[in-house]
Amino acid sequence: MWYPRLASDRVLRACPVEAPFALTLKTDNTERVYCLNARAEAAGLRRGMRFTEARGFCADLQSAPARPDLDARFLTALRRWATRYAPWVGPEGRDGLVLDVTGAAHLWGGEAEMLDDMRDRLDRAGLSVRLGLGDTRGAAWALAHHGEGIAPPGAALEAIGPLPVAALRLDEDMVTRLQRLGLRRVRDLAETARPPLARRFGPGLLLRLDQALGDQPEAIEPEPDPPSYAVSLSLPDPIGLTADVMAGVERLLDRLCARLAAQEAGARALQLSLRRVDRGAEQVTLRLARAMRDPARILPLFERGVAGVDAGFGIDRMRLEAVQVEKLPVQQLGTATAGRDTARLDDLITRIGARIGIENVQRFVPVDSHIPERSFRRVPAAGSAPCSGGWSGHPPRPLRLFSPEPIPGTGPRPPDRLRWRRMTLDVARAIGPERIAPEWWHEDAAWRSGLRDYWRIETRQGRRLWLFYTPQQPGWFVHGEFA
Amino acid sequence: MTRSLDSFPLRPTRVHDASGPDATGFAVAACAQAGGDVLWVHERWHASAINPAGLSRFFDPANLLCAVADDPADLLAVAEEALRDGAVSLVVIEISRPLDLRLGRRLQLAAKAGGSTGLCLTPEGGGSLAAETRWHVAPLHDAQSANSTLMRWTLIKNKSGTEGAWNVRWDHAARRLDVVSPVGERPGSAGVPG
Repeated sequence: MWYPRLASDRVLRACPVEAPFALTLKTDNTERVYCLNARAEAAGLRRGMRFTEARGFCADLQSAPARPDLDARFLTALRRWATRYAPWVGPEGRDGLVLDVTGAAHLWGGEAEMLDDMRDRLDRAGLSVRLGLGDTRGAAWALAHHGEGIAPPGAALEAIGPLPVAALRLDEDMVTRLQRLGLRRVRDLAETARPPLARRFGPGLLLRLDQALGDQPEAIEPEPDPPSYAVSLSLPDPIGLTADVMAGVERLLDRLCARLAAQEAGARALQLSLRRVDRGAEQVTLRLARAMRDPARILPLFERGVAGVDAGFGIDRMRLEAVQVEKLPVQQLGTATAGRDTARLDDLITRIGARIGIENVQRFVPVDSHIPERSFRRVPAAGSAPCSGGWSGHPPRPLRLFSPEPIPGTGPRPPDRLRWRRMTLDVARAIGPERIAPEWWHEDAAWRSGLRDYWRIETRQGRRLWLFYTPQQPGWFVHGEFA
Repeated sequence: MTRSLDSFPLRPTRVHDASGPDATGFAVAACAQAGGDVLWVHERWHASAINPAGLSRFFDPANLLCAVADDPADLLAVAEEALRDGAVSLVVIEISRPLDLRLGRRLQLAAKAGGSTGLCLTPEGGGSLAAETRWHVAPLHDAQSANSTLMRWTLIKNKSGTEGAWNVRWDHAARRLDVVSPVGERPGSAGVPG
């Protein structure tokens, strides 16, 4: 199954153009024609020519940039569609599909009828297609690319014999060299003595010939479908009660989780789409603290989201999709669960995260830095393991840190009496200084004032404060408070 | 007369209040006593952030989870959810406005259902009527030793028990709380009947 104009057909399906049309791709700094529609080809344009030249040939040429990635996706979609004819479908190059229809053709009433059906359906979809059918993959390719047809079983040579040698999937260079020798058709090649050919052109040529004639096997490699983690449920009558919707979600979850378990995967984010009778749709998104596939644990987490849904005149279709999936290998019970009971905590994180955003539930991880503000980092608790250790206990650090608050004071020794937050405090004991130098490799506006000499101040009133003095730009600041 | 500190550790499955200049120290000591995972709920604008390097002298910061809420409604919802769930042993709630009786009662019911303990850090003089106990916590100057964490804990409300005041000190090495001496016998402290 060859789609000679796959790329342009794809674009023109979306916006039909009644004029010569070309897709251009920039290669080697030149815009070149990538794909053409039939009218452009009739106007004498061909692939690979410069786009400026092509416009010179054909003044009313319309164009668009080519998107090979979208073409590949489109071919994947076609591959999925083609499985309606046969279970084994593989891609063939950039713009073709190969189907193993052994034992499938009679379901359509015969080979010719099956090809007619394919052509009909693709015509309606606006795709031009060339079909070839043969005993071997090589013969089918030859027929699809060079005059369509069906090669009867066991008679591949009769069918492809009159075709040019290019039909054997050879590169252009080899085709030219063969033509120079006068070997223009496949039949000529098949009738020539093999050893000289092998000596002159290498084993590749004979391999292709044998593959086309069925003397060498060639298999189709069907691509496995990527597992889809979406399930849906249609209801004969619309429902509106929260309990009913939850029952539906439970059924969907059971199916989805079975699918996840088969792939040893777990869902990190789930999306529930509820379609209402009036064609409106409601979405409930659930982001989980870690990958899960246990329906009994996921179901209660949906309760809050489902309760907030406006059911309108009723919901008649539900679809549940695992939008984000992670590997979740099977674990041996016992050893892994002996540590902390993280499952309950993860559920709590998920439930809180559903309200305030899962990234707002955080835990602290130590960072190797002497700068007090930078000696720790807040990371989302979901998906991060608690890490104990790494906190330096010496010298003591305050319980609370605030952005530095300037206080009056001069000189490198802490003042005997300080005014802070409209309080007058008498210094009873000052411990320090502890000098902390800014990290020059970080640009930090708060540390522009240079070195800091930190003092731990105990006041007669009780408050224990963390003060610092900046010797390079003299000034005193309160930075934190101890317990 | 010596009286032991019988209302601490905090009575479980209830919600308590603490205020005063050293309420954070009280909360951290409560976290250390509670053991297990602890959730600390605060609002985003809260300027004075807790410093895990300072906490590590009380308990392992790996046991601490922080929830950052955008507004007071979210704050209370998160706290209620966590109390009702019971996966964490203590929920510390930094509230900026006094709770009315209804909200305070809601938290109490949630704590009872989930079996975890709650501690509200309230602004001075703004406790909830529903609180089980209310503490006022002030740091004290310790003339004897440097680097001390001497505090005065005053129990100003107790639903099932008597009130009182204690001078306590956190022992960093042993990670436990020492009751220094009953108030009234120390020079310089006010004569609160002990």
